[in-house]
This record gives sequence, C-alpha cells and structure tokens, in this order.
Amino acid sequence: MALTMNPNPKVTPEAVAQHGVTEEEYQRICEILGREPNFTELGIFSVMWSEHCSYKNSRRILKLLPTEGKGVLVKAGEENAGVIDIGDGLAIVFKIESHNHPSAVEPFQGAATGVGGILRDIFTMGARPVLLMNSLRFGPLESKESLRHFKGVVAGIAHYGNCIGVPTVGGEIYFDEAYEGNPLVNAMCLGIVRINEMAKAKATGVGNKVYYVGSATGRDGLGGASFASRELTEESEEDRPAVQVGDPFMEKLLLEACLELAKTDALVGMQDMGAAGLTCGTCETAARGNAGIAIDVGKVPRRETGMIPYEVMLSESQERMIVIAKRGKERVVEEIFEKWDLHAVPIGEVQDGNLMRVFDQGELVAEIPAKALADEAPLYVREEKRPGYLDSVQKLDLSGIKEPKDFTEVLKRLLDSPSIASKEWVYEKYDHMVRTDTVFLPGHDAALLRVKGTKKGIAVSTDCNGLYCYLDPYEGGKIAVAESARNVAVTGAKPVGLTNCLNFGNPMKPEIFWQFHQCVQGMADASRQFGIPVTGGNVSFYNENPKGAVYPTPAIGMVGILDDIENRIPSHFQKEGDLIFLLGETANELGGSAYLALIHGLKKGLPPRLDLEKEAKLHTLFEEAARTKLFHSAHDLSEGGLALALAECSFGEKRLGSRISNLELLGSGLRRDALLFGETQSRVLVSAEPNKKEAVIRLAQKHGVPVYQIGKVTGDRLGVEDLLELKVDEAESIWRNAVQKRIK
Amino acid sequence: MKAAVVVFPGSNCDEDCFDVLRDVCRVDVQYVWHKERNLPPVDLVVLPGGFSYGDYLRTGAVARFSPAMDAVVKHANTGRPVIGICNGFQILLEAGLLPGAMLRNESLSFVCKHVYLRTETANTPFTKRLERGAILRVPIAHGEGNYFCDPETLKRLRSEDRIVFRYSSEKGDLGPQFNPNGSVDHIAGILNENRNVLGMMPHPERASELILGSEDGRKVWESLLS
Repeated sequence: MALTMNPNPKVTPEAVAQHGVTEEEYQRICEILGREPNFTELGIFSVMWSEHCSYKNSRRILKLLPTEGKGVLVKAGEENAGVIDIGDGLAIVFKIESHNHPSAVEPFQGAATGVGGILRDIFTMGARPVLLMNSLRFGPLESKESLRHFKGVVAGIAHYGNCIGVPTVGGEIYFDEAYEGNPLVNAMCLGIVRINEMAKAKATGVGNKVYYVGSATGRDGLGGASFASRELTEESEEDRPAVQVGDPFMEKLLLEACLELAKTDALVGMQDMGAAGLTCGTCETAARGNAGIAIDVGKVPRRETGMIPYEVMLSESQERMIVIAKRGKERVVEEIFEKWDLHAVPIGEVQDGNLMRVFDQGELVAEIPAKALADEAPLYVREEKRPGYLDSVQKLDLSGIKEPKDFTEVLKRLLDSPSIASKEWVYEKYDHMVRTDTVFLPGHDAALLRVKGTKKGIAVSTDCNGLYCYLDPYEGGKIAVAESARNVAVTGAKPVGLTNCLNFGNPMKPEIFWQFHQCVQGMADASRQFGIPVTGGNVSFYNENPKGAVYPTPAIGMVGILDDIENRIPSHFQKEGDLIFLLGETANELGGSAYLALIHGLKKGLPPRLDLEKEAKLHTLFEEAARTKLFHSAHDLSEGGLALALAECSFGEKRLGSRISNLELLGSGLRRDALLFGETQSRVLVSAEPNKKEAVIRLAQKHGVPVYQIGKVTGDRLGVEDLLELKVDEAESIWRNAVQKRIK
Repeated sequence: MKAAVVVFPGSNCDEDCFDVLRDVCRVDVQYVWHKERNLPPVDLVVLPGGFSYGDYLRTGAVARFSPAMDAVVKHANTGRPVIGICNGFQILLEAGLLPGAMLRNESLSFVCKHVYLRTETANTPFTKRLERGAILRVPIAHGEGNYFCDPETLKRLRSEDRIVFRYSSEKGDLGPQFNPNGSVDHIAGILNENRNVLGMMPHPERASELILGSEDGRKVWESLLS
C-alpha cells in the first residue's frame, strides 16, 4: 500500500536518527554543504553513506586484499565489476553480491532481484552475461521457516535466471542452525566483453545528455540500501516495502538494448540503478567522470502517483539504468530503446563543476558535491576484540572421541546430510544449459563453460566453509580462497581472479569486527601467495537474527581459465581399471569436520591447518597435468574427507566403483576416522591409466607434492580396506534423495 | 538450405539455434525480428525457446500476434518446414499451426535435465535421418511442457502418425517415471497434418555437439539438410 509522504518533511534530530545518520556524520554533511541539508538531501546522504554503498566500516580492512595481478583491466572499486583480460581480444567481467535481508523477508523476490542486480552490474559494462552461480545458506530443512526460505529463494533464482536466459551453472548450499532466520543469498554473474567494446560508468563531456532507460519508478525498495545496513529484528517483516519486485522480461529487453548500445559510438557512460537507485546512478557517474550532473526528477517515468523527489531519488525499483549519450548521437540511443519498447527519457545533462543538482519541474530540490557524496563517506576504524567463545570451541581432545564401529554407516549418514548431498532438486529447477556453453553440468568441483569462437574454457567455483571461519576466522578465510582455487585448478584451469561476498554480523560489535578482520587477513594472505587478484565484491554486515550473528561467511567466487578446453579434467571416474592416487598428505585432523558435527554432535576444534606453499604447488601440478592429459579424473577432498570424495567420484554418468587397498601408505598413527573422514587440506583424488603410474609419480615429485597410489577404479561397489563396503547404486540413491525427501 | 530464426522479445535460445545452424551444420542462417512483416526467402523457419513477451498471459499467447507470425503461417502453408522448440512449440499451438495446448508441468516446477526420446516416426522432414524407435538423449528446460489435447485429437495424431517423439527410458520403454512433465501419451513432439510443422519441447540445439554431452539432436538438423 503506497502511503503519500508529506511533500516537505522537516529535518529534525529524530529524522536524522531514523535515517541511520550519526550526529558526527550529520556535522560532516553540514560542512560539505556549508548549510543544513533539506529532507531530500538527508535521504540522499543516508543511502550513499550506508554501509551497503560506502563500505565505511569495512574499507580500511578491505585494503588488505591484493587487487593487482596479471591481466587486470579494471580493479576492485573502479567500476561496477572487475575485468580481466583473457586473450583473443576478450575480457571477463564478474562479481558476487549479497541479497540477504530482502531474501529473509520476502525469499522469492529477494533472491530474484539479487540475480537481477548482479546481472545489471555485468551488462552495464557492455559484457554479455554468460553464467550465474550462487552461494546460499539456510537453517536446517527441518525448520519450517528455513524450508520456506529455501524453497522461496530457489524459486526466485530460477524465475529470474531462466526467463532472462543466462544459465545458472552451479553454486553451493549449506544448512546450519547458524543461518536460521538470516539466510545468506549471494549471487554471482560472469560476462564476456570484447575489450574494445567495454562500457564505463562515467559521466563526461559537458552538455552530454543523461538518459533514464528501462522500467518506470515506483515506491518499491525505498531505502533498501539502508535496510540492508541494519540487523534483522522481529519487526523486519514490516520492512517489506524495502524489498523490490523483479521483472526478468524487462531486464532481458534492457540487457539486449544496452549491449546493442555498447557496440555503437553513441555511448559515453552507463550505470545501473541498483542500491540507492537514481541517487547512486547519478552521483557515482559524475564522481567518476570528475564532472557535475543535473537531472530533473519531474521527467522520470513513474508508475505511482504523488511521489515526492525524495522518493524518486531513493526508490530501488528494478530494471533501470542511467545512460550518458554523446552529443549529436541522441537519436541512436533513442532508436535502440524504441526498438526494444523501453523508456529512454532525457532527464538531465553533464555539467561543468562538481555538483549533483536535482530539480523537480525546474525547481532545485538538492545540490550536493557529487564526489563528496560518492567517495567521501566517513571511514571508521571499529573496535576489535577476540571473541570469548573461541577458547572453548577450539578445545578438542581427540582421545575422548570414540571411533565408530560401523564406518559404512557413517558414510551413509554423511551422504544423507543435506549440506553434502546432491543438490539436484535445486539445479534441475535452474536452466543450466541455455546458451549452449555448459561443458561441466552441475555436480563437478567447478562449473566449466566454453568460450565460443576460441579454444578457451572458463571454470568457476563458489566456496566457503562457515564453520571453519567460526572456529578460526583467519584459517577459515585462508581455506575459503584455497579451496575455491583448488576446485578450479583440478579441472585443469588456472585461477586468474576472485570476487568475494563477505557476510558477517553487526560490525559495531568488537567480536564481529575481529572475525571480519581475521577472515579478510586470511583471504589476503592466501590470494597473495597464489597470485590471484581480488577484483571486487560486496560486504554484507548485520547478518544477525534475534539469537545472534551468522557464522562468518566470506563466500568466494573463483574464476579460472583453461587455455584449451580439450584439456579439461572431469571430477568423476572415467575408466574401469584406472589407478587411483591421492595427492597430498593426510593428518589426524577432525576439528570442524562434517563427521564430527554429524556423528558426534560437536562443532568444535581447530579447523585443518592449511600450508599455503603446499597448496600452491598442487595448483601448478595441475596446470602441467592438464597440458599433458595425464589424469582421467580429479576431485578435491573437502567435507566428509576421503570416503566421501571416493563416493562422489562414482556418481558420474559411468557409475564406476573403486577398491582402496593401500591406505597404510598414508602413514601410521592415523586414526581410522581421520583417515576416512578427516578434512586435511590440499588433497586431491586423481585417476589415471595404469601405464601412466610412473608419469604420475614423476610429476608429483617434480612439483614436491606427496603422492600415493591407493587403489583402482573397478566394479560397482565402493570398498575401502576391510573398513567400508557399499554398492555405488545404494550410495548414490541416498545422496540424490537426501534433499528432496526433506522437502514437504 | 537457408534458414531463419525468429527473434521475439524474450527469446533466449535464438542464438543457440543460430549458432548450431551456422557453425555446426554450415547453413546460411539469419535472424528475423518479430516486427518484420515478411520473411526473407528461406527454406526453414525456427521458432526458438525462451519467454516471448515474458509469457505473462500464457506461454506463447502474445507472440502469436507478432507481425512475423503472419509470415510464418504463410511460410508453413507453402509446405516448407517450420520447427518450434520449447517456447516455439507453445507459440505454434497458440497460433493454431498445431493442435492442443500446453499445461504447467505436473510437478508445478520448471525442470532442466537430459531426457530420453523415442523416435516414433521417420516419415517427416525432421526425422528422415533417424529410424523409427531410435532413442535420443536431449535436454529439456521448461515449466509448461505438459502437452494436452482432447481424446479425438489424440486419436488423430496417433492414426495419422503425427507423434514424432515420446519421452521414454534409455531403452525405449514408456512410463510415467520417464515422462518429465505429465504430457498426454508421453508426447514430446508433434506434427501438423501436412507434416511440415514440428513442435517439440526438448532442445535439439543443446544436444548437437559432443562437448555438450550429446550430439543426438543433430540428427534433426541433418534430416532437414538432406
């Protein structure tokens, strides 16, 4: 229900507080303007200076992340998304972003518009979106609310992605009590652009017209950026108007029109109206172009009556963009949007100076220095404190933990755990094959797409183990980067860049900020060691429900390039009689493992220790292995350890089993449960022809990676020594049905 | 052989069909924008998958009023081939070029996966390079693929040998467990009376290259070419 706002509200101390603007920030605003702001200006500042838009609490920590690297054409923060040169005159543009709070309140639309928003970030740069991925977290499926979140989010992602025709090719989903009531919905998109057709989000050239294109403006999503910068409470349901409504058909038209425009010489700059809507679209383009900008909100197409300038400036209605047209080429812009039956309305122009000026039917209603607004939000150093819970949760005495009697039963329970089990129920609802580039269907370590017209492949993985980050934020941050890089590397691709979505609790709490700092430090150290630049991403704070904060969850979107897609390495066993090797050392590590949580009910201990140098060696080994086509399959070990990885290797089209008989090679003194289910890092299972045995061992030795030939691909059963025995069919049936059977 | 792929606002398999025809089958192919009133001189017309006009009213319901569709009907009436895939099939139904209607999938949700199709007739320009009974592995991706027609129409489709593909098992068995959407008589694709218009829910363009996991769909294009 649309409420009509008082056309001239007063700026009272209460109004300032309601906008989430602190007293100190208000003083800054007055200094910048040289006077007190009016109500419209207060609204504009409040959204641009929200955490969501300004990163005021996180920016100093984010500086730890390496942003330079080979092929980086656009660095983090410079444009809507990072850009990396992949050769052949092409570049990839990619980013991951959160839509957690809207999805908690309205799962379907929250998730759908999350997908819509990340797509716009990509095509606003002139890039054709070619894939979507996501990283999702929910409470356990046994909870009614979590089930509602889960079903709604999946349906919303499917609705938007399927209709617009960009394949959703993979992702990751975990279920844990820590996310009850505050699900995490992080959407990633990757696009491809000819380097000479790349568009900028800049307003330059005095006198160039500013066009408003796409959907009309309503009151939906009013102040969404500030909504995302608060904790969820019992009252958050009342914030429903702050959630936007998506129209993927409209976005499809906008996408095609914008890409057509990017190929012309009529375009100066383009920026989507995402969080903070028209406000952000105008002040950010002006700030980047070192120019002024003037617009008249009276000219903005609307779908509701009685909207005041404040509302028009802050609306987060979806599927809208700002386009700066070259003088004299206005007709080119207008004709393209006419062809697609979209609004293209000139609402203003680029001006001299540095001011963003907003008129309403010719009357000046806001006047703010654009750069100050876009780039000069106050930066804070928040207080940090090591959380008290760490000492008790990190303590784990393995001698007090009994080994189970029946290891086969343990494997079955792990296969039946929704976080580990097949996500077929989910990805069958996503069109994951449209555009005919999907080479690895969902279920592999990483998604793999071909790049038509070249020999190249693009491998992408999203990953993060939130429990590891909760138990040890630094190590958890390191592992998130290392594991996603490993997922990409084992396909034969070289990791070239990453984007991240940092989901944390309320940063005003010193313990939360400590977690944040530690995680980012871990990520930074790992990225630096591997030489992988961080090209951008998103910070999502205030992920708390009335019971507390979510696990620290820095979701990583890792992108790798395979120079020749014919060298790709699948995850599943390919040939009867192949030898199975384990690369990497195994230790007595059970802390933070899925086994410990599920079988012993303990979310405790230190997560596995990751040695960055060892991990890096593993990645370079795979580059060479891919070139020489040495491996028939490669699958990284993660949750559930060796036993689970072996089972998963059997769930390919060929359904080949395995017989493991040389486990004593892995060392004495290892607990059998650690051997089977431990999650020691930097390990990969590979299979190769028997006559390649020497070559595999030589390659591993050359790269300094320990290698053990532990068994072979055979039959229709999974057998490990005399510890574990299970038919592949039975294992697969448990794994495939685990999620589906819990959906009511 | 010359071909045209009609592009409606919201089409999203147009490029896929275009690419397969041009790069895999080496066919001279061009796009036709839905606002065009005339088709270029072509042999084959493809109505691609997607969500034409957002499919807001009913799948394919608005697209049939596109100027280009008048031209497609004329083309079909001359006896030259028209293939409608997924949303294209839905548009052919709405335009009256094929009988019956499309309902939501029995599961009420969108489904994307590989399925097996049993070729029911080789007596069509689209399947003449296949044998009757041949099994194809081809992906589907739709929320409304539950084909329905009245018993009278079904009787005619059967007696006139106009059911081209049925969903089946890998071995060719029929059964509800192999039917992904609940379509009547396991129908995946049907012909018009003149046997020159084919509507099918599965996507042969997604199964025309080995690197994508199957090239069984290529047989449809090759039949048209030979």
